[in-house]
Amino acid sequence: MVKAEGVHKRFGRLEVLRGIDLEVGRGEVMCLLGPSGSGKSTFLRCINHLERINSGRLWVDGELVGYREAGGKLHELHENEIARKRAEIGMVFQSFNLFPHMTALENVTLAPIKVLGVGRDEARRRARELLARVGLSDKVDSYPVALSGGQQQRVAIARALAMRPKLMLFDEPTSALDPELVGEVLDVMRGLAHDGMTMIVVTHEIGFAREVADTVVFMDAGVVVEAGAPAQVLGRPRNERTRAFLEKVL
Amino acid sequence: MPVRRPGRWVAAAIVLVIAASIVRSIVANPHFQWGVVGHYMLDSRILHGVVATIYLTFLAMAIGIVLGVVLAVMRMSPNPILSSASWLYIYFFRGTPVLVQIIFWYNIAALFPRINLGIPFGPSFVHANGNSLITVFVAAMLALGLNEGAYMAEIVRAGIISVGEGQTEAAASLGMRRLAIMRHIVLPQAMRVILPPTGNETISMLKTTSLVYTIGFAELFYEASQIYGATYQTIPLLIVASIWYLILTSIAYVGQHFIERRYGRGFTRAQRVTMRERWLGIGRGDGERAAAR
Repeated sequence: MVKAEGVHKRFGRLEVLRGIDLEVGRGEVMCLLGPSGSGKSTFLRCINHLERINSGRLWVDGELVGYREAGGKLHELHENEIARKRAEIGMVFQSFNLFPHMTALENVTLAPIKVLGVGRDEARRRARELLARVGLSDKVDSYPVALSGGQQQRVAIARALAMRPKLMLFDEPTSALDPELVGEVLDVMRGLAHDGMTMIVVTHEIGFAREVADTVVFMDAGVVVEAGAPAQVLGRPRNERTRAFLEKVL
Repeated sequence: MPVRRPGRWVAAAIVLVIAASIVRSIVANPHFQWGVVGHYMLDSRILHGVVATIYLTFLAMAIGIVLGVVLAVMRMSPNPILSSASWLYIYFFRGTPVLVQIIFWYNIAALFPRINLGIPFGPSFVHANGNSLITVFVAAMLALGLNEGAYMAEIVRAGIISVGEGQTEAAASLGMRRLAIMRHIVLPQAMRVILPPTGNETISMLKTTSLVYTIGFAELFYEASQIYGATYQTIPLLIVASIWYLILTSIAYVGQHFIERRYGRGFTRAQRVTMRERWLGIGRGDGERAAAR
């Protein structure tokens, strides 16, 4: 579903990604771990072209992300084509980024109506379904300001799911939450993984990674240090840097 | 028991004494000719001027707001030609006096005796005589509206900047395009920041319209000046005009309050404080007010 080959990303002179090679199969869950500044969030943002890569190749569902290749050269896609591809990839942010001037229901129905052209009634019906699925049937008409962090993040997940994405990206979805609210968001994500959604999750929740991930990737300083099954990477890390990091967070 | 504040009472007493003496000197002074003021308040020429002022303010602000949004979006566009064109417009219209612009538009026919509408450098479809197209009214509306557009552009831009980048990213990740994001996500939130200074601009515009009396457009101040030009009752008619301007700006203030409340949705957790509560609640202690918030 997602394939990266030699992905490089620079911000000015700072090289944030220094050649990332990864592959995520359909229906798989990949968790990206690593110290802050290791480039894992940047990599995630490259996948839906919120950041443009400087070199390498990145495919989602067999198609290059943000570019088309012609005569051995990459040409950036037109804004509208980029938007069309982004619509197929859901993203959940650390800071929720719900639209504060809309109710939970309006947050979820906006993109299906405006981007996919779904009818208003149909969009509402489906939004109610999704909000029920994340356990927020009673908060349909609430504005984000009246919701807790955990509730906001669950609305954000429903909002992304409303686009029927083939891939979900989670950028530290529980890092801004109070500890007692982390569980409710992880439960929703666990359910998604169980239903077969392809997911890439940047997280510090080692327990979640161990339980849900098919692959755990440890990144540091812009490279993949170690990747493999959770039991191997988290249980018997081969690399010294992985070991040092896990000792700190566990 | 609330905290005692003797300083407040002393300050209030001093202010009241000063205010009372000013009021007395105004009311008792026969030169103000309050009878004349009363006589002209509802004079048909004055009322006509009031309507014209409202009309002109409304049109000039409508042009200014639409133009301001367009200029602000252009200014922030990644296209360098659009953004510099917008910059140049703002630079020019903010940098020259509005009075000069008014007289300039009034005399535009001297520069362009014939005005053609059509494809630039190609055929034109509509021809008009400059003098008959640019009437006093059109000149007034254009001058004030185009000038206002430059100021509104900066106000709108400030509002757009105030909306966090995360909002744009979230909308983009849902597959929305730039203009749709602007319309559905950024501008509605920017309204909170845009509205208070826009109210200010509207109130300012109500008064700035008086400048077009120089080109003979019959708004409130022009009508008042016509009357005192004939009767030499200058001060009473200036008072008539001032009272009317105060009434109009008060109405604008109330309107602003309600519009701001509409666009505050989703930004406050607490029950909204109505105007009435605010005035009746003025005596409450600071602690209570903070708790109520």
